[in-house]
Amino acid sequence: MSDDPGVLSAPLIIEYPFSRTTGPVIGAFLTGLREKVLLGIKGSDGRVIVPPTEYDSFTGEDLTELVEVGPGGEVLTWAWVRGPMAKHPLSHPFAWALVKPDGADVGFLQVVDAGSPEAMATGMRVRPRWGDEREGSIHDLACWEPDV
Amino acid sequence: MVIDVAVIAFAQMPNVRAETVRNEVEMLMPVIADVRAKAGLTQADIGFTCSGSTDYLSGQAFSFVSTLDGVAPWPPIQESHVEMDGAWALYEAWVKLQLGDVETALVYCYGKSAPGPLHEVLSRQLDPYHVAPLWPDAISLAALQARMLIEAGKATEADFAEVASRSRRNALTNPNAQLAWDTAAADLLAEPCLVDPLRRSDCPPITDGACAVILASGDRARALRQRPAWIRGIDHRIEPMALGLRDLTVSLSTRTAAERAGVGNAPVDVAELHAPFAPQELILRESLGLADHANVNPSGGPLAANPVMVAGLTRIGEVAQRIMDGTATRGVAHATSGPCLQQNLVAVLEGED
Repeated sequence: MSDDPGVLSAPLIIEYPFSRTTGPVIGAFLTGLREKVLLGIKGSDGRVIVPPTEYDSFTGEDLTELVEVGPGGEVLTWAWVRGPMAKHPLSHPFAWALVKPDGADVGFLQVVDAGSPEAMATGMRVRPRWGDEREGSIHDLACWEPDV
Repeated sequence: MVIDVAVIAFAQMPNVRAETVRNEVEMLMPVIADVRAKAGLTQADIGFTCSGSTDYLSGQAFSFVSTLDGVAPWPPIQESHVEMDGAWALYEAWVKLQLGDVETALVYCYGKSAPGPLHEVLSRQLDPYHVAPLWPDAISLAALQARMLIEAGKATEADFAEVASRSRRNALTNPNAQLAWDTAAADLLAEPCLVDPLRRSDCPPITDGACAVILASGDRARALRQRPAWIRGIDHRIEPMALGLRDLTVSLSTRTAAERAGVGNAPVDVAELHAPFAPQELILRESLGLADHANVNPSGGPLAANPVMVAGLTRIGEVAQRIMDGTATRGVAHATSGPCLQQNLVAVLEGED
């Protein structure tokens, strides 16, 4: 801001001042997380998709049949972050992974807090670590940890 | 009936890590002056103008309006903009030329990736409810894809290093490249991983850049350019947003786009592929039917310069330039968008003998 009284100035704050309703499918998923429940949905071909989607990505059909999955899961692929970036969910080294919860047919992007890359392997079993204060967001599922 | 449309001129700004002096308009104006001069056209001769850029890089709504001023849009012009790489602005211009009411189009794009935290910016394109809140970066997502490729037995870390090594070596002959060096793949493999299993050399640089193309249809193209680069096929396909719903070791959308664009109908002299990460070149080659092709990314490709919103149109321009100057007769250009090759555009360009 200029101190010169002859110069007009105004603050520029970049923001996204909207709120969104999450609807009956994504809303159910997020509400489930608050209750430590993982929900998927049956796709047109019978595959259980996690997180649930309102429509089938391949056929466009509306999807409505929510299915409880988990709580355990399996790692389908993973990447080891040696130096976490400022906004990453954990401040110490961790793995991003596609985690397929038991009863689901696809994986979704999650964090595995495994300590070291030697503790990670495709196909390994993981269990969710829930946040203490849950409010119906993806952050309620803090991360996953090796289930040994 | 399809109206024949050709690239008749291509110009680009030398790619740099950070353009700290000039703003976007100042970056673009020499590029646009250059491409118009190559085509022998003024703005008054151009029937349609279309640009590609993103407000998320400039942090400002409708930021493209200021760069449009750099084109000199007065008297009023027919104009459009896409919040995508310039390759998609070219696609819109190609569709516009199919209507037949105009015969020429200026397509341009620009991106200053350097001023903001690019990895945070790119994460904003992901699912807003359960992916973007985790702030995954593009390198990590590409690393997940790379590991799947390795564990499916389709590629090794050594294969990634070969792509990384060859791309930067090719860039030594490209005066517009940002990263160019000659290091053997074996030496790259000796480097530690950045995000396992990817090394820094498997990843693209952060780049500021701009480029422009002029299109013309039918006889107008023949009158303006001795050897136009005719767009014989162009197609764009999209896969689901959720990474878990896709087989990340193949690119089905590229395969479909390639079939519809006619890639396999005749031999290919040159291919420029928008594969920001080394493993992605291997996936794209397979999907395009160019697995063992000898002349992929002679410019160095996105591993040598990866200006966001620009690197895709640059691929089309690099192929078109080789056809216009007679060093190639038939080429394939590819552009991508989204995480892990979610969206793909394929164009086939040919010269006439």
